Amino acid sequence: MSGLSDLYQEILLEHNSKPRNFRRVEDASATAEGYNPLCGDQITLFLKVVDDVVEDVGFQGVGCAISRASASMMTQSIKGRSIGEAQVIFEAFHDMLTHPDAEPDYDTLGDLETLAGVNEFPTRIKCAVLAWHTMRSALDGGEDMVTTE
Amino acid sequence: MSSGFDAEKIRADFPVLQQQINGKPLAYLDNGATSQKPQAVIDELVRYYSTENANVHRGVHTLSQNATDDFDTARSKVQHLLNAADDREIIFTSGTTDSINMVAQSYGRQNFREGDEVIVSNMEHHSNIVPWQMLRDELGVVLRVVPIDETGELLMDEYERMLSPRTRLVSITHVSNALGTILPVEQIIAMAHAQGVPVMLDGAQAVPHMPVDVQKLDCDFYVFSGHKIFGPTGIGVLYGKAGLLEAMPPVRGGGDMIKSVTFEKTIYNDLPFKFEAGTPNIAGAIGLGAAIDYVQNVGYESFAAYEDELLDYGTRALEQIDCVRIIGTAPRKTGILSFVMENVHPHDIGTILDAEGVAVRTGHHCAQPVMQRFQIPATVRASMAMYNTKEDIDALVRAIDRVIEVFS
Repeated sequence: MSGLSDLYQEILLEHNSKPRNFRRVEDASATAEGYNPLCGDQITLFLKVVDDVVEDVGFQGVGCAISRASASMMTQSIKGRSIGEAQVIFEAFHDMLTHPDAEPDYDTLGDLETLAGVNEFPTRIKCAVLAWHTMRSALDGGEDMVTTE
Repeated sequence: MSSGFDAEKIRADFPVLQQQINGKPLAYLDNGATSQKPQAVIDELVRYYSTENANVHRGVHTLSQNATDDFDTARSKVQHLLNAADDREIIFTSGTTDSINMVAQSYGRQNFREGDEVIVSNMEHHSNIVPWQMLRDELGVVLRVVPIDETGELLMDEYERMLSPRTRLVSITHVSNALGTILPVEQIIAMAHAQGVPVMLDGAQAVPHMPVDVQKLDCDFYVFSGHKIFGPTGIGVLYGKAGLLEAMPPVRGGGDMIKSVTFEKTIYNDLPFKFEAGTPNIAGAIGLGAAIDYVQNVGYESFAAYEDELLDYGTRALEQIDCVRIIGTAPRKTGILSFVMENVHPHDIGTILDAEGVAVRTGHHCAQPVMQRFQIPATVRASMAMYNTKEDIDALVRAIDRVIEVFS
């Protein structure tokens, strides 16, 4: 199955083994919990938002390579961005995985395009979006745990 | 293999196995989740719907009589499978989960009071945990959990200590779905009965692999699902000793479970109908009957020995892979190989295995407390049935090599 090499690309495996911003942010202004009951993936996301800008972001938790790499790449992509920009990146990422026939917004996505390979594995899309929904919940100041079910 | 069992001949009876998945021959190793269906079961469902579909216990017309006869025959097939004393002791349900919930909602609500205790094990499926927690919240029942050791064996000393005058029921799995451990149920039952405590066994993972004799076991309730023993989904069984079932109130009201109804008073039907409100899963029961015929024709004694050999073969093969750790190494197991790999999450393993045509379950197997016990989020579970072969295990090993390659 050729899709397997599209899924487990080197950049994804590298983020999995060395996740960026894999730490608690002590002075976070918002945190959120995400959980995928199907496979037990669990993430805690920490955001430090100052003057509408994501000044710092970190995550902790356990998960598969896809959820971990997606979380790692997500933190890189929103760090230093405004909340509005983070929302735009969320939408572009979400569209890439939920509307695979449409042309992805490459400019906005950058390296995140690596995760497009998940499209061929419908059971794994939830893994890829977990961190993103958790991020949005944190931005919304959500107290409730995000689940992918 | 030395048992002389011809698994290839069995395989030929299962149409779903005759296909390729992602360009590779299907190695179906997810039998703990559900088993495949032999042609005989599929044919029986088609025959029933094509020639005799009608409601049971109602019409005077021929089809209704034929459907009723076959439905009743299915019940006696289950009776003989379990060696129950009477076919009135066999209640058709939608599955194991439904059966356990019925006992909780009927027997439990009738007999349990605040502070009463129900004993389960650390390796129960969620379906044998949550129904008791619901009674805990409603009635103040206390759930006691017998711990297990590193191999996945029940700590019998702890169990003995937990049995007390407050114990009202022991509800425990016969075979662990996540680990494959076969529990010493004879001893568990004898110890409970010595204190006058009834025992329910969750046989979902047992009946597909070993003969069960409820009279010899002397268990009070025994439950299982049809779909795990090569039958259809949506049909299951609650066995209960007649004396217990007779004293229990019905859980659901409706048609078929009554003798007479007026707005002032309803008289409930006799066993087993008291617990089977509404039109039952007629086709499911008849299909389960066909599955039981199939299993008994093959013969437990022949395929159980073969499955043991297959488990040994698979265990040895996985033990030779350095980064693989088997979870659940009890001396007495059914054909379940639960494992984890260093630095690779089970979900990723499952995806790569699937690409190689190997179907396994990954995750917590609806048994999160077991995962917590071993401090892991999930496992990969390869679970075998009589139609699996050494080639399936070899395919699993090759696919694990591929996982190692991808994640190296």
